[in-house]
Amino acid sequence: MGIVCRRIHGANNDTDLMTNKQPIIEKIIWQVATVTNIKQETERVKTFTLSLPIWQEHLPGQHYDVRLTAADGYQAQRSYSVASSGVRSGEIDLTVDRIHNGEISTYLHQSVVVGDPIEVRGPIGGYFVWSPAIRDLPLLLIGGGSGIVPLMSMLRHRSAIKASNPTVLLVSVRSEFDLIYRTEIEHMANSTTGIVVAITYTRQIPKGWLKYQRRIDSAMLKEILANFSETPQCFVCGPTGLVERVATDLVNSGVPDKSIRTERFG
Amino acid sequence: MTAPINKGFQRKRESSNPKRIPPGQYETDVFPVLTAGPTQPVKTQDWLFMLDGLIEAPVSWNWDEFNALPKQSFKVDIHCVTKWSKLDTNWEGVGIDSLLERVVLKPAAEYVMAYSHGGYTTNIPLNQLKNGKAFIAINFDGKPLTAEHGGPARLVIPGLYFWKSAKWIKGLHFMATNEPGFWESNGYSLQADPWSEQRYRSDD
Repeated sequence: MGIVCRRIHGANNDTDLMTNKQPIIEKIIWQVATVTNIKQETERVKTFTLSLPIWQEHLPGQHYDVRLTAADGYQAQRSYSVASSGVRSGEIDLTVDRIHNGEISTYLHQSVVVGDPIEVRGPIGGYFVWSPAIRDLPLLLIGGGSGIVPLMSMLRHRSAIKASNPTVLLVSVRSEFDLIYRTEIEHMANSTTGIVVAITYTRQIPKGWLKYQRRIDSAMLKEILANFSETPQCFVCGPTGLVERVATDLVNSGVPDKSIRTERFG
Repeated sequence: MTAPINKGFQRKRESSNPKRIPPGQYETDVFPVLTAGPTQPVKTQDWLFMLDGLIEAPVSWNWDEFNALPKQSFKVDIHCVTKWSKLDTNWEGVGIDSLLERVVLKPAAEYVMAYSHGGYTTNIPLNQLKNGKAFIAINFDGKPLTAEHGGPARLVIPGLYFWKSAKWIKGLHFMATNEPGFWESNGYSLQADPWSEQRYRSDD
């Protein structure tokens, strides 16, 4: 069926980059995955489970490229962060936000059914990843809207490996109907896994909600940072405006540049 | 292996100029911002641009000196590895050729490491910077380049994926070998030619 490529586990982690001058180049090739499950997360968001013939364990935070081909040969590609943990071998979850007039996201939402083929390539990305080298550090994850997807991969992986580093998740969404993985996040907030969860609603406040109800600002971040006794490793993901403001506020709050990794969606 | 046809999938909109869109890209009319970390605050009062490494006499310009160099207008297409392409972007800046004619490079200088405030680096073959292929931009769309987009000055190399167009540029370090920069050390292509779709190291 073509080339079977093996990736040497850990090729992307920071320690390998420090000890080897030349990182091990794993081959990232296009392959045809099969949709095995589709879950409606919110009105605009679906998670597609893809079974991969050539699966390799991804690092939390990495993404896959998806390529669609039309009957006339036209092709289009987009990148989607993996939502699942790497411990689930053979498959990945891609959570896709249906963008207004989105060429690929609209098709995925409206036309794809279980059993369909989807061409993918990955896993890709070596920086916005929760890699073994930083795994013992306290962790601050800040997501806006669908920016929570790669962060969820990190949290799910953290659960799977039973890590216990102090971790805080701060999510900003417009309304409770936009909170992806709501049940899972609420469960994490209520369990004894060492995760603190803070949600802020920016447009429609749920009835009876007495906590954060505004865009993330420096006062909110100050309170969030107070959860940590030492400076955390930060990952910020979401729309560019939110990421820009949050990253700047974190720097102004004394978090070193190098402790802040960002991923911006447009 | 041929790609499977996705039943019912169709092109959503025709690009204004399909021949100018490299494989796997789509045209955008916004200007997305992508960075690995926070935006760098760089003040023009402290700004210096340097040429160093395999060069007879390393040289630097401060902001006033740099602005006194001959400036040109550039209208170019840019292509980001995250799949968006933006056509006919307008910039003003100093061509790399203008800078190179003021210095003497050592014969072994074949590659360049562009380095930025904040620690970002990216490697480029010298021949991808010469002969009108690259410039240091200080204005975008007639206005000073904003910090989000790499201001006060960034490198612009339209012919390569845009991660090579280093924001908050501090200098160019001339070297003999093609050492990988930041993204190149994190899985991205050393070559980055959008027309050959060299996105990742395994595409090289």
